[in-house]
Amino acid sequence: MFQHKTATAPVSLKKLAEQPDLLTGGHRLCAGCAESAIVRQVLMASTYPVVAIMATGCLEVATTVYPATAWRVPMLHNAFENAAATASGAEAAYRALRAKGRIPDRELRFVVFAGDGGTYDIGFQSLSGALERGTRFLYICFNNEGYMNTGIQRSSATPLGADTSTTPVGEAVLGKPGWRKDLTGIVVAHNAPYVAQTAPTAFRPHDLKNKVARALEAPGPAFINVLSACTRGWRYEPADTIAITQLAIDTCYWPLFEVIDGKWHLNYKPKQKRPIMDWLSAQGRFRHLLKQGRLVAEIQARIDSEWDTLLERCGEAPVAAASVPPPRKAAGASD
Amino acid sequence: MSNRFAALTGNQAAALAMRQIEPDVCAAYPITPSTQVMETYSQYVADGAVRTELVLVESEHSAMSACVGAACAGARAMTATSSQGLALMHEVLYIAAGLRLPIVMAVANRALSAPLNIHGDQSDTMGSRDAGWIQLYVRDVQELYDTLIQAPRIAEHCEVMLPVMVCFDGFTLSHAIERVELLEDGAVRDFVGVYRPERYLLDVEHPHTFGPALLPDYYTEAKRQQREAMSRALEIIPHVALEFGARFGRAWGMVEAYRLEDAEIAAVVLGSTAGTLMEVVDRMRERGVRAGMLRLRAFRPFPAEEVVRLLAPLKAVAIFDRADSPGTPSGPLYEEIRSVLYDAPARPRISGMVYGLGGREMLVEEASATYEALERAAAGTAEIPPPGYLSARG
Repeated sequence: MFQHKTATAPVSLKKLAEQPDLLTGGHRLCAGCAESAIVRQVLMASTYPVVAIMATGCLEVATTVYPATAWRVPMLHNAFENAAATASGAEAAYRALRAKGRIPDRELRFVVFAGDGGTYDIGFQSLSGALERGTRFLYICFNNEGYMNTGIQRSSATPLGADTSTTPVGEAVLGKPGWRKDLTGIVVAHNAPYVAQTAPTAFRPHDLKNKVARALEAPGPAFINVLSACTRGWRYEPADTIAITQLAIDTCYWPLFEVIDGKWHLNYKPKQKRPIMDWLSAQGRFRHLLKQGRLVAEIQARIDSEWDTLLERCGEAPVAAASVPPPRKAAGASD
Repeated sequence: MSNRFAALTGNQAAALAMRQIEPDVCAAYPITPSTQVMETYSQYVADGAVRTELVLVESEHSAMSACVGAACAGARAMTATSSQGLALMHEVLYIAAGLRLPIVMAVANRALSAPLNIHGDQSDTMGSRDAGWIQLYVRDVQELYDTLIQAPRIAEHCEVMLPVMVCFDGFTLSHAIERVELLEDGAVRDFVGVYRPERYLLDVEHPHTFGPALLPDYYTEAKRQQREAMSRALEIIPHVALEFGARFGRAWGMVEAYRLEDAEIAAVVLGSTAGTLMEVVDRMRERGVRAGMLRLRAFRPFPAEEVVRLLAPLKAVAIFDRADSPGTPSGPLYEEIRSVLYDAPARPRISGMVYGLGGREMLVEEASATYEALERAAAGTAEIPPPGYLSARG
C-alpha cells in the first residue's frame, strides 16, 4: 500500500476555511448544488498545484461563461465524453515536457471533474481506457444520478423508480426501471490503485478531503465517486443538501468506503441502519413510490444485500437494522 | 540517416518525418490504411529513437481528445488516421480547431462505410472540410514527407494557430513504395524548431480557463477569428513552403499547375491522381491539344485567387472529385471551383466527374475520354458533359 501524507496530519476546519477558494463564488450553479462545495474541497485538499480537466455538464456551463471564469487553477474543458482521454494527453504532455526541461521540474496533479452522465455513460469508454493505460490522474465523478444539465433525464446512475424527464411516472411505468450501475465496482475491477466513494457531509467533514489527499499520492489512476445532491433533480429544498446526503449514508444507500491497492476499507458503519424509506420519502423524485410497499421492500432488500456484500469485502461484521424506524421526513420533499 | 535516398511507403515516410519532427506526444489508434504510420513510430519509441510520449488509446475519438489535451498542455502533438477513424474524431476536430490547437495529423484517405471498403477515396477528409482544419493534399510520397515537415510550422505560426491535416491517398500512396529524398535529422529539427505556446494548461503560475462556454454575445466573434486565421494561412503556407524550398531545394505552392500556361482545357484534382492526369496531358499535347492540369495542394484554406487566375482564361474544365456530395450537382471540389469562378469576367465551361470511389482506379483511357469531351466543348462541336460519375456501371 502506498504512503499518504494527510492521514497523520489532519488540518483543522478553521485553517481550511482560511485558505483562498480556488473556485470562486459568483458562478451560476443552483442554490443548494453540492458540486461547488465538492470542487472547493477537492482543490483545497491538494498540496500540489492542480491542473483541472472537465467534462461538459452543469459545472462547466455554470463556471466558465466567457468572459468570466470561476477557476483559479488551470482548467481545460474538451467535450462531454472525453475528459479521461483529454487528461491522458495532458498528463503525457506533462511528462514529456518535464523530461525535456521545457516546464519547471515539479510535481503537478491532474484532476478530472465529470458528472455521472460523462462518467457512467457517454464517457465510460474514455474512462476505462485511461484506467487501463494507467494515466496518473484523480477522476472525480459528481454523481447526481441523472442528466441534470439537460433537464433531469435518466442516466445509468439513476436509482430504481426515480421520476426523471425520460423515465416519467405514468399509468404504466413507475419511474426508472432497473437498478443503477455499480460504477465504483467496475473501476475497482480495472485494478486502479485508489478507488473510493464519498459525499460532502457535516458529520465527517474530512472524509472527502482526506480521500482526495490519499488519491493524489496513488502511483496510478485514482477514482472517487462523490454523491452530489441535486436540489432540482431530486426535488428537495436547497437548504437540505447536506441533510439529504446524510440520509444516503445512514440508510447505506451510499456507503463511504475506499479500495486501496485492491483492499477494501469501510470508512463509516452506522450503529443502526436507517430504513430506505427515510431516503426515498425526503425527495420528490420518489414521491410516487411511497405507497408502493412491495417495490420499497424490493429496494430495501437490494440495499441490504449490497451493504452485506460490502461489509464482507471490508471484513466487517453485519449491522442491525433499526427496530423502530425514525419518523419520515416527507415534509422536506418538494415537487 | 546515412542514405540520402530511401525507398519508402507513404506510411513509412510519414512515420520517418514524424521521427525527425519528434513531437512531444503522439496519441493513436490503428485503422487501415494508416496503421503502419503509428506501428513504425511505435518501433522508434521502443528503440529509444525519439523522446515522445505515446498514448495508445482505445478509439480515434480518444486519440484526438488526447491530442487536444496534450496540445493545450503545451506539447507538440501528432496522430494519424483514416476513414471511420476520422469520422469518429469528427466532434473533437472542431474542438481542436476552435481551441486553436496546432495539432498535425497524417490522414491516409479511405472510403467511408457503408458498404464497408478499406480502399482509397477522399470522402473521409471531405467530410471534415468545415471542421476548421487546414487541409493539404499531396501527390506523391516525397511531397507527403516534405509537407509533414512543413505542417508544424504552418500550424504553430502565431498568425495561424490551427490544426493541419496532411492528406495522402490510401494504398496509392500509403502502401506504394517510392524513392524519397530525405533530409538530415538536424536540418529537420532546425526547420521545425520548438513549439512555445503563449498560453498553455501546464502554466500553473498563470492559470487560464481553456474551452469555456461562449454564449451568443461572443461565439460569433470566436468563429470569425478562426475564419481570419484560415485566411492568413493563405499567406503562411506558401511562406513556409518557400523557406523549405530555399533550404532544401524542393518547393511546393498552394496549387500545382501543369502545362497550363497556354492551355485551353484542363482537369482539376486533389492528390495522387494528378500523376495520371499529367500523363494524359502529355499524350494530348503530343497530338497538339492545348491541355493542362491543375492540382490543388491546399483545399483548406481554398486558394481561390490562384484558381481564378489559372482557370478563368480556359475554355473548358473538368473537375475530378474523389468524393461525392449526394443531392448537389457533383462533388465538393466542383462546387467550390464553380463558385469562385462565378465572378470572373470570363470563365470556362465546367464539367464535374466523381471518380475513384472505394479504390477504383482511374484509367488513362477514361481520363483521356474526359479530356476529349473538353476538347469538343472548347471547339464548340459539342456541349460540355453534364456532371456525372466516371466509370460507373449501370
